Amino acid sequence: MVDFFIGHYAYWFTIILLCIGLYGILFKKNLVKKTIGLAIIQASVVLFFVSIASKTGDATVTVRDANLPVDQVANYLNPLPHTLMLTAIVVGVATLGVAFTLLIAIYNRYDTLDEKELIDKIQ
Amino acid sequence: MIESHLPAYIALTFVLFSLLIPAFGIWRNELSQPIAVLGSGIAAALSLYGFINYLSDGAIRYYFGGWEPPIGIEFVYDGLSGFFVMVINVVAFFVLIHSHHIGKREFPGKEMPYYTLAMLMMLGFNGMILTGDLFNLYVFLEISSLSGYALLSIGNKPAPYAAFRYLIIGTFGGTLYLLGVGFLYTVTGTLNIIDMSAMLPQLFDNNAVFVALILMIVGIGVKAALFPLHGWLPDAYTYASSSSTALIAPIGTKVAAYILFRIVLWLFGIEITDAIAPLSTIIGVLAAIGILYGSIMAIAQTELKRMLAYSSVSQIGYIIMGLSLANPWGFAGALLHVLNHAVMKACLFMVSGQLRLKEGHSDISRFDDSYRKKYPWTMAAFTISAISMVGLPPLAGFFSKWYLVLGTIDNSNWLFLAVILISSLLNAVYFFRILEKVYMKNPVSGQKEASDATRDEAPWSMIIPTSVFALGLIIIGFANAVIVSVLLGIYPL
Repeated sequence: MVDFFIGHYAYWFTIILLCIGLYGILFKKNLVKKTIGLAIIQASVVLFFVSIASKTGDATVTVRDANLPVDQVANYLNPLPHTLMLTAIVVGVATLGVAFTLLIAIYNRYDTLDEKELIDKIQ
Repeated sequence: MIESHLPAYIALTFVLFSLLIPAFGIWRNELSQPIAVLGSGIAAALSLYGFINYLSDGAIRYYFGGWEPPIGIEFVYDGLSGFFVMVINVVAFFVLIHSHHIGKREFPGKEMPYYTLAMLMMLGFNGMILTGDLFNLYVFLEISSLSGYALLSIGNKPAPYAAFRYLIIGTFGGTLYLLGVGFLYTVTGTLNIIDMSAMLPQLFDNNAVFVALILMIVGIGVKAALFPLHGWLPDAYTYASSSSTALIAPIGTKVAAYILFRIVLWLFGIEITDAIAPLSTIIGVLAAIGILYGSIMAIAQTELKRMLAYSSVSQIGYIIMGLSLANPWGFAGALLHVLNHAVMKACLFMVSGQLRLKEGHSDISRFDDSYRKKYPWTMAAFTISAISMVGLPPLAGFFSKWYLVLGTIDNSNWLFLAVILISSLLNAVYFFRILEKVYMKNPVSGQKEASDATRDEAPWSMIIPTSVFALGLIIIGFANAVIVSVLLGIYPL
């Protein structure tokens, strides 16, 4: 049982991070805090992708090692998840940009970012 | 030689015009809308030509940069993607024509950024449909979503808040989808849909595949407003500008439904989907609850746009239910309903935009007999779409429900059959009360008599799209046998 936790610690870390972010989205009343929760969720998925690509004792694709023949793919780290995550990080930044733009628009119209007050003012 | 590059051309048209609009819009702001119409018109023509070409020559796989999959990214133009691309581009073309006067009233001076965003959103939708790569799909999903949030935030005072809620929920859905892609990648080592679907049967009851499927269905279900993930939809559609709603409501949820079709029927196949738990049945039951819930909530609304938004929740249920039936009739009914609902809902939302333009409101309780005199063409289009939504023959809406009913009978699924029939009655309740007001109710005393109301029809740029759609519903109704025979040919099994 302990091995199960220690052996998969990277995944447990991802799950905990995802839950923290979800808590922020669901239970925080301030819209900025919700946005931060969203950023944490995105970060957890980015870390998940990076962790599935990690290996110890192997080379990166750019390093040529005489002991690790290039034709044996298993000797090298898989660069694809990292490159995917570069794109996902860019998407995340763009999402945060749009989110904060909307928050500015909300604040200019209602003078508050608290969800309860906002709902009261809308109705 | 245009055929082999067609998938790329459709997406590139929107890229090109999203750059042209700012270039010309800085010079002359009023040119933005005609350029956007031109761009979506070219894309609509290309996708119509592409679908006809598909029928004679078969599917096209376009490899970007000549890199063959699984290393490179490809665009796949097969029956399903060709059909969806055709539907969304043609609908978007007419909605953008219609948006001319709404834009002048609801976001004056901001046409240039508005239409640029519209082009980017259409790029995202087309890319999502055409791409054959799961991660590429995520990127296009976010392109379309981010421009969609911005479009929905233009409108009434609460619009940014509704758009912000959609952003939080929608981005969470997108992230879940990405997590699902990660699971699949660890198991199969590829991101190409065709490549992966060849490997998945060997992983028949793998837990990681099962979890990935659930994550992807939930993530895309948020975008498709599948019950109970529809919470963002009514507010976002109600408060947004009429032309944003008319553009996003018929298209956005359909594209998400397309991804569900692609994932469940093409990537996984119905056997793997149901290998560990009966997921397709669960989706179907959720869709059935969504159909009834959406219809009942629509009856409770007094505002036309809000009612139509709840009706969208209900109608997307039909499409997902057709998917969950997983037999050829259900499939053809669902795809025919994609076409019908895109046309009907675009027409209805455009009518609500016309009423908001002329009357300044779309409050159902204030509708009366004078509308019939003042807006004969608008109300004729509304009536045809409403009757089609209810599902009376020979209009298009009847036939999609008919094939869905055939699908439920094929599976002996009497519960779903009952849901379809009951919801048709509920549709009748919420549409006929409007028709009754428009054609029967005398104006409240003190106001001028209906006979005094003079004809004050909306501008031609709005009448033509709604009339074309109303006419289209009749034509689709009569041509349903042809369309369905094409759609049955797309079914993968």
